Amino acid sequence: MKKLITIILLFLLNISSSYALIEVDITRGNLDPLPIAVSPLHVDVKSEDVDDIKVKNLGEDISKIIEKNFRFTGLFNPINKEAFVQKPDIAHLKPRFEDWRLIKAQALVTGKLLIKDGKLKVEFRLWDLTASKEISALAFTTTPSNWRRVAHIISDKIYERLTGEEGYFDTRIIYVSETGPKNQRVKRLAIMDQDGAQVKYLTLGNELVLTPRFNPANQLVTYLSYFRNLPRVYLLDIETGNQEVVGNFPGMTFAPRFSPDGKKIIMSFAKDGNSDIFTMDIETRVVEKITENSSIDTSPSYSPDGKYICFNSDRSGLQQIYVMKADGSNVKRITFGKGLYGTPVWSPRGDLIAFTKVHKGRFYIGVMRPDGSGERLLTENFYQEAPSWSPNGRVLVFYRETKSGPKGKGFSAKLWSIDITGYNERQIGTETDASDPSWSSLLSK
Amino acid sequence: MTKSLIYSVTFHFIMILLTVLSLPFMTRQPIDLPPIVSVELIQITDKTNIPYAPKARKVIEKVKKEEKRVVSEQAPPTAKAKEKPDRIPLPNEKKEKKKIVKKKQNPEEIKPEIRQSSEFEKKEVIDTNQIAALIDKAKKEQALKEKKSNKLTQSSVKDSFASGLTLSEEDALRAQIFGCWSLPLGLPYDDNLLVRIKLDLKKDGTVMKSEILDHERMNKPGQKFYKILAESALRAVRLCQPLKVPPTGYEKWKNIQLNFDPTEMLRG
Repeated sequence: MKKLITIILLFLLNISSSYALIEVDITRGNLDPLPIAVSPLHVDVKSEDVDDIKVKNLGEDISKIIEKNFRFTGLFNPINKEAFVQKPDIAHLKPRFEDWRLIKAQALVTGKLLIKDGKLKVEFRLWDLTASKEISALAFTTTPSNWRRVAHIISDKIYERLTGEEGYFDTRIIYVSETGPKNQRVKRLAIMDQDGAQVKYLTLGNELVLTPRFNPANQLVTYLSYFRNLPRVYLLDIETGNQEVVGNFPGMTFAPRFSPDGKKIIMSFAKDGNSDIFTMDIETRVVEKITENSSIDTSPSYSPDGKYICFNSDRSGLQQIYVMKADGSNVKRITFGKGLYGTPVWSPRGDLIAFTKVHKGRFYIGVMRPDGSGERLLTENFYQEAPSWSPNGRVLVFYRETKSGPKGKGFSAKLWSIDITGYNERQIGTETDASDPSWSSLLSK
Repeated sequence: MTKSLIYSVTFHFIMILLTVLSLPFMTRQPIDLPPIVSVELIQITDKTNIPYAPKARKVIEKVKKEEKRVVSEQAPPTAKAKEKPDRIPLPNEKKEKKKIVKKKQNPEEIKPEIRQSSEFEKKEVIDTNQIAALIDKAKKEQALKEKKSNKLTQSSVKDSFASGLTLSEEDALRAQIFGCWSLPLGLPYDDNLLVRIKLDLKKDGTVMKSEILDHERMNKPGQKFYKILAESALRAVRLCQPLKVPPTGYEKWKNIQLNFDPTEMLRG
């Protein structure tokens, strides 16, 4: 009988001790940048010397580029190297997690490099310090002169692993470099890495160049150049330097831009005082008229799936942004706010359209959804325009003119970048004044 | 033999009895509360679901009369007359205000006695334009709330009823994890991202075991954002430990589930 009572009691106790599972909803977190430690890459002692490269410092240099890239995103906070307590070679084998946690790092990047037989071999590991485990490891082999690209590719891989989004570091920006006084401006095409390094000038400056745009599918660039006062659309292959004229167009031609598959160029040109939107097949050179309206339609840009086009038009009396199907049908106005809207550019992610807005003499760069809702103005200034998206649709680059000189008489045009959240506005350093930037897709894709 | 039989019969009878008693309890649905108003709603009088301003005015006048009655019943008129409009509220009154704010978080508990508010609040109530605007706002918010998935509504109901933690204990835990959770800012705005982590805790709040409830989703193709979010949530739990748990009632909170939902943050 005692046994029975014990069993029953135990049973009852068991019931009374089973509580419903407590659930707590966590709907907020902090938006502080993730603290990350980038250990200098360990340089293998067997590494050969290479001309023009300080092999001894290469590990440090690569880690500095990675750190700079991360800091630039505003999403990561690279920790000062002076706080590091473990040597790079040992850290790369097996980090002492508690030491790294002590300096409040949540992620750690380690790596090593070796130059042998004229080849640079770099490997890196990404460690989750709270979980005390490796979460990513990759190795690359390339020519030693490509070491900067290796740093950018490593940055991309880490960025992707930690944010879930594709990186944008192994990319370039093409822009119009400007020198000289305003009435005698010399404009040259220039290209640089997204961090402002390795600037190259692609044209001599004897012709006026405007609106260079990258092909989203490869490293081709289209731009507009005036030759004997006639606008010509050019195609330029950056890798080979080959350049060809796509066509001479009558009257004013504006803003040629590639379709997402890179097979067409879309642009606007003025005929009989009326500007409409046209596409041209690059292979067949067949030109097709897309809009037929007595108003001025300019700045067309395809959606990433190629099904829609956004453009600006003054058909309502004021310049506003419209969206239509790729064949020109179903035109819909999407902006109804105060002021003028222009230069719409569809995000490569497809979720937003970036634009320039002019209101009460001030210029704004903003984003909105493709239906015109959710307008957010990211930055405001005296004069700024021409936003261009990073390949992951997270950052915009644009140019801004500011007054310079002691009496504010001169002016200076510089490239700036801003995150789509409206934070993290930064100037991109260029040797000369710069305008009309266009961001390339990932080189390593 | 007979003894064993008696034991068996008694035991089975008890088993059946317990099953009959406990099973309906276990399967009982949480009380199906109508989604009255959203938690963010500020003005309580606007909760009366009055569609048009003229109607609202009538009801407000009615409420006003009731208020006057309540005020006259509870406070001597002489004391009221002495009050200056710009005086600093007494500590008691401050407390009363705080209480009201708390009640707004639990709309189902809202009772008309909230009308025992100060003169300042009454002034706000009389402003019909504001009320009309707020009614519209309330409607929108309600519509938005109705759009939200049933899952979420159920969990919030579950929270307030089945939780073994008091509100302040739950808030303390929540606030602690808010501070530890670095939200991956690259996540898309509109994805259905919700990471549920079940924790087995020690008495001091350290985590013995953490388990992502939908962990199979982590390795599915196209779910990389979910994976990133889940990892960030796990990081938060590890960084935060020992968790701020109450000193007593270990049995209640030794197993706890944290639902990490970033949509509100990502929407901005």
